[in-house]
Amino acid sequence: MIKIVKRDQPSKAIFFFTPVLAIFLTLIAGGIIFYILGFKPFEALKFFFIVPIADKYGFSELLLKATPLCLIAIGLSFCFKSNNWNIGAEGQLTFGAIVSGGVALLFYDQEGFFILPIVILAGAIGGMIYASIPAILKTYFNTNEILVSLMLVYVSKLILDYLVVGPWSNPEGFNFPETRQFSDSARLPLLFEGLRIHAGIFLALAAVVISWFVFYKTYLGFQMKVSGFSLKTAKYAGYKGKKMIILVFLISGACAGLAGVGEITGPIGQLHREVSPDYGFTAIIVAFLGRLHPVGIIFASLVVAITYLGAETAQIFMQIPKYTGQVFQGMILFFLLASDYLLFFKFKLIGSKK
Amino acid sequence: MIVDVNFVGLIIASIMASAVPLILASCGELITERSGVLNLGVEGMMIIGAISGFALMTVTGSLIIAVFGAMLAGVLISTIFAFLTQTLITNHVATGLALTIFGIGISAMIGKNFVGIPGKEFPVLFEGLKDTIPLLSPILFGHSIVFYFAFALPFITSYFLKKTKIGLIVRAVGDSPESASNQGINVRFVRYACILYGGAMCGLAGAYLSMIYTPQWIENMTGGRGWIALALVVFSTWNPIKILIGAMIFGGLTIIQFHMQAIGVRIPVQFLTALPYIVTIIVLVVISRDSRKIRLSTPSSLGKSFHKDN
Repeated sequence: MIKIVKRDQPSKAIFFFTPVLAIFLTLIAGGIIFYILGFKPFEALKFFFIVPIADKYGFSELLLKATPLCLIAIGLSFCFKSNNWNIGAEGQLTFGAIVSGGVALLFYDQEGFFILPIVILAGAIGGMIYASIPAILKTYFNTNEILVSLMLVYVSKLILDYLVVGPWSNPEGFNFPETRQFSDSARLPLLFEGLRIHAGIFLALAAVVISWFVFYKTYLGFQMKVSGFSLKTAKYAGYKGKKMIILVFLISGACAGLAGVGEITGPIGQLHREVSPDYGFTAIIVAFLGRLHPVGIIFASLVVAITYLGAETAQIFMQIPKYTGQVFQGMILFFLLASDYLLFFKFKLIGSKK
Repeated sequence: MIVDVNFVGLIIASIMASAVPLILASCGELITERSGVLNLGVEGMMIIGAISGFALMTVTGSLIIAVFGAMLAGVLISTIFAFLTQTLITNHVATGLALTIFGIGISAMIGKNFVGIPGKEFPVLFEGLKDTIPLLSPILFGHSIVFYFAFALPFITSYFLKKTKIGLIVRAVGDSPESASNQGINVRFVRYACILYGGAMCGLAGAYLSMIYTPQWIENMTGGRGWIALALVVFSTWNPIKILIGAMIFGGLTIIQFHMQAIGVRIPVQFLTALPYIVTIIVLVVISRDSRKIRLSTPSSLGKSFHKDN
């Protein structure tokens, strides 16, 4: 007989093993879904997870998609660690893109080394401004940050839509919903000839290093951890709760805003209607899959980025609908949460009584 | 100036029609939350209901099968949530988010073959009485059965929670799972039931959208209504009757958009579309500002896992 027993304390080894288990289970479930849809499971999975990254170009695309996911997820991990549910990173990304795009448009006919830093900074500030709304409403008006940050996603996309269709649309653009091209000085440089991977990846890597330092080497990181476990304890310890809530939201807003900068000043070089294919929402999954650990998040962002590429490849080669990517993302999170059960409980074999 | 009273009646009726999915989903979620479970997957369950209803209607041709099938689909998808949060004790917020992402993906995947297919006409009740009473006729008569059900639901829900024994059990489980458990109530079972019921109502809300309100399948056609429904539950301070008021306000905001555009008011269309979301935020701020009141009306164990050691 198998009995379920509560562990004395959560297992550390399993803490980092369950994400791998979750990915494995997602692959199995994905294979089953492909089979139901009438595809050969192994072939479909190959097209989904291996073919897209088999060459140099594919690998560059993988890094291109992983960059915003990693950046946003790092920011979100500040919020999630301290028990703040910012789920509106998509809106913060969009607003960051709007502000940095607006600044880039101011300099559209100018060149100069000073332009790019201003554009990047503008994106970070845009994201911070947008993230400060749910933070301030939460701290001073007791308003649920989940709903506010989510509502703001819809608002930001409508603001963007208004701008690119109306006042900011390219005067020579035949009414296409897009702005002028930014000047080359406002663009993040591409890293390799013929590939789309750009310097934004260094922003993501910098965020990884800084967050690791903050989480594990500073007093702030410790305070966040304590508040995450128990707000009461944090209060007794005399931590300034409100300040911290606002701080973590600002950090995560800045990261999302920077991801927005990367999206518009990288390969595209202009503002248009769809700045992000829901990177802000997908990054929530990345943050959890990476266990809110900077290094874990790097791996998680690569794994989840494949679902974006795989969905495209599978659509082209096998006519599998591209939304399969989202289905995979949802399943990864389901399986991850489910396998967390193993953190707290273990199965024990007990000799059957006869 | 002569105002055509029947026109006013028609506008009120159209506001009520757009409030229907919000009422259904909110009342379902309200029961779930009253039992102490926060299910953020409303948007996902609604969209699953929308595609299931539309697909079943197209394939089987039966409206009854389609409506009940959509509710069943809502139940099935919420079973995943129930199993994870109640049996495997996962975090409610994260699980609900996963449900929404998964639901949107699955619905688009199934819906691929149903894009562009016209819907069927859904039968309406009391059509013959449509011209009998000025002003009231368009409001009272000529609507689908789901419409009437939605407007009865807040009262039924209120009666259920206040006056029935099962309602009392649901509230007890939400307010104090420990003492409910000590009284011999199976907390996990009650919560399972409440989550599944919420799923059924969200499925019905989705089916109303794709089969009655705008009879067609469009990707992402719930367009954030699930999240507004969640906000309405907070707005109502967990009181079903107030959901009715909130849903009418948001229905009104949706309808105003069309009329403003028709009159030719020079406001960017994007601003009007954003209005319901902005108003939701403002309303949430106003309601939540009084933290004591919110704390008194929120089910005490909302969003917290309960696990009885065996």
